[in-house]
Amino acid sequence: MILHELLSFELLRVIWWLLLGVLLIGFALTDGFDLGVGALLPFVGKTDAERRVAINTVGPVWEGNQVWFILGGGAIFAAWPPLYAVSFSGFYLAMFAVLAALILRPVGFKYRSKRDSAAWRNGWDWALFVGGAVPALIFGVAVGNVLQGVPFHLTDDLMPMYDGAFWWKFITLLNPFALLAGVVSLAMLVMHGAAWLTLKTEGPVQMRARRYGSVAGVVALVTYALAGVWLAVGIPGYAIVGTAVTDGPSNPLMSEVVRTGSWMSAYAARPWIVVAPVLGFAGIALATLGLRAGREVSTLLYSKLGIFGVISSVGLTMFPFILPSSKMPDASLTVWDSSSSHLTLFVMLICALIFVPMILAYTAWVYKVLWGKVTEADVTENSDSVY
Amino acid sequence: MELDIVELSRLQFAMTAMYHFLFVPLTLGLSILVAIMETVYVMTGRPIWRQMTKFWGTLFGINFVLGVATGITMEFQFGMNWSYYSHYVGDIFGAPLAIEGLMAFFMEATFVGLFFFGWEKLSRTAHLVVTWLVAIGSNFSALWILIANGWMQNPVGAEFNPLSMRMEMTSFFEVMFNEVAQAKFVHTVSAGYVTASVFVLGVSAWYMLRGQHFELARRSIAVAAAFGLASAFSVVILGDESGYNATHSQKMKLAAIEGMWETQPAPAEFTLLGLPDQEARETKYAVHVPYVMGLIGTRSLTTEIPGIDDLVAQAETRVRSGIVAYDALMQIREAKGNVSDEVKATFEDHSKDLGFAFLLKRYVDDPRLATEEQIVKASNDTVPTVWPLFWSFRLMVTLGFSFIVVLGYFFVVANWKGMQFPRWALRLGVAIIPAPWIAAELGWFTAEFGRQPWTVDGVLPTAMSVSHLSVADLAITLAGFVAFYTVLFIIEMGLMIKYIKKGPYMDVTESQEWQRKHELRLQSSGDTAPIPAE
Repeated sequence: MILHELLSFELLRVIWWLLLGVLLIGFALTDGFDLGVGALLPFVGKTDAERRVAINTVGPVWEGNQVWFILGGGAIFAAWPPLYAVSFSGFYLAMFAVLAALILRPVGFKYRSKRDSAAWRNGWDWALFVGGAVPALIFGVAVGNVLQGVPFHLTDDLMPMYDGAFWWKFITLLNPFALLAGVVSLAMLVMHGAAWLTLKTEGPVQMRARRYGSVAGVVALVTYALAGVWLAVGIPGYAIVGTAVTDGPSNPLMSEVVRTGSWMSAYAARPWIVVAPVLGFAGIALATLGLRAGREVSTLLYSKLGIFGVISSVGLTMFPFILPSSKMPDASLTVWDSSSSHLTLFVMLICALIFVPMILAYTAWVYKVLWGKVTEADVTENSDSVY
Repeated sequence: MELDIVELSRLQFAMTAMYHFLFVPLTLGLSILVAIMETVYVMTGRPIWRQMTKFWGTLFGINFVLGVATGITMEFQFGMNWSYYSHYVGDIFGAPLAIEGLMAFFMEATFVGLFFFGWEKLSRTAHLVVTWLVAIGSNFSALWILIANGWMQNPVGAEFNPLSMRMEMTSFFEVMFNEVAQAKFVHTVSAGYVTASVFVLGVSAWYMLRGQHFELARRSIAVAAAFGLASAFSVVILGDESGYNATHSQKMKLAAIEGMWETQPAPAEFTLLGLPDQEARETKYAVHVPYVMGLIGTRSLTTEIPGIDDLVAQAETRVRSGIVAYDALMQIREAKGNVSDEVKATFEDHSKDLGFAFLLKRYVDDPRLATEEQIVKASNDTVPTVWPLFWSFRLMVTLGFSFIVVLGYFFVVANWKGMQFPRWALRLGVAIIPAPWIAAELGWFTAEFGRQPWTVDGVLPTAMSVSHLSVADLAITLAGFVAFYTVLFIIEMGLMIKYIKKGPYMDVTESQEWQRKHELRLQSSGDTAPIPAE
């Protein structure tokens, strides 16, 4: 294969860094509202019928949405193998909690209304709540830890290692800054779920979704701003010493990295990236106003815009770092030293160019077919076939 | 290397993978059977075929969701428990997993919602297309997963890069068209079709025994027996193809499955039964069938199949060659690639044996310092434990042939004996429902246990592939999975049984209305051929 040299290794790495962002954002925009609806379930639905309405707004689409997450995992494995190896084993028990929640959730959707017993349904409602709220929180906690640097090191064989007792590793993940980031993520996705429910429901479920959603929106705004200030003044950033080699072999130990200054120096070096946090604040603020005013389509769009801004602000601020190491800064994973090989990145790009447009097209078609509100009548009349 | 962590990680992988594969084969096969039923509905307009589609579709859904949920565990587990593996071969192994998501799983999961929720929202044809897309998606999923797995068995299209300390892809086409993967794919999906056919047939036979839902049951048996019989042949033929592939790509696995310690003059005899003894290196009380092994394994009368003892001797040569590769690798790494051409050439000559030097890491940190005794030990480690392979393979094959017999019988009676099944046959149909699952699990066990001591054959030993976790980490997650998966299994079985007992929702007026119109149509066209009642 010579074909892959049409695109430089450096360019492919940047493209795959962008695609990593696309996948994470795609996940947050689609599965994000499923998680938000799960977290809102006990609050928006007071009766069984109301809860079924809320569940059935995501019933036909959650499976497809969840694939963004699974594909995200697969794409990290394929395009950023060291990132996959270090992060999944490093956040071990947190990953297990996410996994348990993500297994509970599909099963909850599918099985909840398959028996009439109230205890059965209440049990699954809790499962759906946990399955929505816990991953939403943990994803933010993980980002909070990544910004601070994760305590791993690499052996000469590039084997990722973590020191300390297992419970200590888990407890230290839950540090104050990471928890703050977790609240940003949870509040943002709850707001997104509320925006979705506003579009897809009516009556009391919609009223409650708007009320709780606008509170969540305000919380997201405040915590996002707080996290930004904290990041600027309280958390040192990372920098590559000297000129980065952008087309070398993927070996993190070949570059020298120091902890210095602040992540915020990225805004001095690349002023245009300020667009991302501005979109984040504006999107969330407009979505919050939209929830209060009861606007439907535009609220969901603003909510998406806000999430897009918040997630891209993290990536753009850290570039070229992906997963810095607090224990052994040289081992930090960057865009330039933790990708797949030139050929693999090229092959995967061709696959993405073929399939991502198809995925977007048929997903859009499915949403179009399902367009319209879910009502209590829909649920009671089709009690056997819906969730 | 802490063996506890290796053993616990293996146990967890085996458990979660085998649990995942309780749901996968039914998804693979039932998606196609349901799509066939709906096709008949759209072509004939007969309401009963839609009712069948919906009924089997409900059971499909209960099963599908656990297949999806437990699949997430598989996707996570490589990174969580096998982080060195993920680093070392992610460049190749990750690609088919990601393509599986892009090409197959996305399609399957996006359309499965419409399959359940779209009956009122879509035209008949559009809904049929959705159903087929779900079926095609789930089968393409299997293709890419087996390409990934096939690469672990036969790692083609890749080479080691000393600077990034990992395997990197050299040819995507070799990875994709790996003969091992292609044979495994058809073998595995066919096994899924057999599983679903036996399931549909068994549940229908149970209805017949109870005198319920006869119209649904007889049509379901007709479809399942025909589809299942063709698939059962396919399983055996492609299983044979896998065996043939193994004679050149995985000689040790094949020799272990056969309990064949010494190389025999061609054509080798096949050991039908016997008691393999790992210590004594012989298979006791063996019952042999002459020529058969040579014919299956090589498709010739003159090609030899090496026995375990010869393969161990070959492994020893490769361990020694691997030590040379390791030494060159250390020099290259030390100098960050700036070494003489001589060292580079030495490394290239020996790099395909590097994995064999890693086998020594169980005994000594630096393979260059290994003693003679340790080299012999490492070479012996290339032999998997023989007796479980020997027996699980034989049981799997027996079950595989029995499906041909049972499905063949039902096929004949359904087509030429007017569906007059004796009660013993119906009872047999119910009794064999679990058998395809047992056969499928045994098949995976044979494939993966037979690959030991490697995760990637000849490239990376299992003991080196794990994450550096603590025993407590692994104990917590293992206990969590056992508890969690047991509860989910009980819930799933409970729902399956509930919905099977409940049976299909039959709209009698709708069926009668269709029948009336159908007779009118026949009269007006002058065709008076009798048709079966609805």
